[in-house]
Amino acid sequence: MPTMTIPSIQPKTEFRSQQPSSPVLEIRGLSAGYAAAPVIKDVRMDIGRGLVTAIIGPSGCGKSTLIRCLNRMHEIIAGAFCAGDVRLEGHDVFQMDPVHLRRQVGMVFQRPNPFPTMSVFENVASGLRLNGVRDRKLIAERVEKSLRQAALWDEVKDRLDKPGVGLSGGQQQRLCIARGLAVEPRVLLLDEPCSALDPIATARIEEALLELKGALTMVIVTHNMQQAARVSDRTAFLLMGELVEYDETQKIFTQPADKRTEDYITGRFG
Amino acid sequence: MKRHFDEDLDGLAARLLHMGRLTEEMIQLAVRVVVERDAALAEEVKKRESEVNELHVEIDDRALKLIALHQPAASDLRLIAAAIKINSDLERVGDQAVNIAETGLFLLKEPTMKLFDVPRMVEVAASMLKDSLEAFARKDTALAQDVIRRDDEEDRLKSQTFNELIHLMQSDASTIQRAMDVILISRNLERVADHATNIAEDVIFMVLGKDIRHKHVSV
Repeated sequence: MPTMTIPSIQPKTEFRSQQPSSPVLEIRGLSAGYAAAPVIKDVRMDIGRGLVTAIIGPSGCGKSTLIRCLNRMHEIIAGAFCAGDVRLEGHDVFQMDPVHLRRQVGMVFQRPNPFPTMSVFENVASGLRLNGVRDRKLIAERVEKSLRQAALWDEVKDRLDKPGVGLSGGQQQRLCIARGLAVEPRVLLLDEPCSALDPIATARIEEALLELKGALTMVIVTHNMQQAARVSDRTAFLLMGELVEYDETQKIFTQPADKRTEDYITGRFG
Repeated sequence: MKRHFDEDLDGLAARLLHMGRLTEEMIQLAVRVVVERDAALAEEVKKRESEVNELHVEIDDRALKLIALHQPAASDLRLIAAAIKINSDLERVGDQAVNIAETGLFLLKEPTMKLFDVPRMVEVAASMLKDSLEAFARKDTALAQDVIRRDDEEDRLKSQTFNELIHLMQSDASTIQRAMDVILISRNLERVADHATNIAEDVIFMVLGKDIRHKHVSV
């Protein structure tokens, strides 16, 4: 039986071919906030290809604002502003169609948010259907692949037609990851994806992220520093909207260069 | 902000320094067994060794609990890692002191023996040990560097002592037993200086996060 390759959903923007070592996202002079109040100021960082980048920092430091700028989710909030340069594979994201951008840069939120009226299968298939994919066999294959990548397949394969909201919290969050993966994004943003989950569900998500590493670029906002240490390759420390330090995760957790980073990760803040 | 965790870390360092002081005393007492030919002091060395062994287990236990319960990072983690390594070095220093005392007891049965550079070796090794612990207590990397530099002098003194004792044994075979004992003692002292050097290197790692142990190895 001939094997069938699953075609990628082609983005409307033609991405030029990239060197494996080149950053997927380049952020330059990025400032953002609400009305007159800036939340992040003049952030400059590159997001490495196939790596997990963790963003850490105290509440209100601008972690979520920063990643929400990367797929232009920030600007949909009334009164929000965003200035600076963000490039996805060299393309200015602010010049891109936001829908296409978000297909390339997916997002998983703090609280699992499966579509309440849809089955497990339909939740994952929804992105494909929205993108015009009609081939049922292709959809079924992509759903299975995404659920496997999110380490959920074995738990849901016999209940694909059951409501997604019937799953446990941790399973729902992996369902949301699978939904994000189904459209084959270049980058997956995760905004505190485990903060509502117990340690076992958290471990499953982390294992899924580690499995995806290499093939997918991920940016994870987390309050859990041990999680940042466990899953990420590079860590950025934000404080009051300023990117204080951005380095190899191992370096940040053993020999941070900035005293403010040291104080934060050792819990001396206050 | 002062953390409860800081009290635990201070407690760990305090126990390590107490262990260090005991091993310093052990070296001084063991050398006096040899120099003053006082067998009773060997008992004092052994008494302290039991306490050092208990501290060896206690300090590792404290350090492991701190890691398991607090998931330390950065300078906290480096302090605990250094404490675990220094703990092993100090336990070995205690063993060297016991070896010196035991060899001293054998020497008591022999006629008096010239000790060549051994007294100077004691001075260098004991000061290196004391200063390495002082460097740990004060997080003083300059003092730690100074300890590391002094190790060369101890090595030179050991080689000189070896040569002189070999010469003595060649010229007078009746001295072989005694000379061998003094060679063993000088070897023990040189090892004490090596442990002090290790401690000093751990202090530099603890303070600066820089591993200077082997020049040609990088991580």
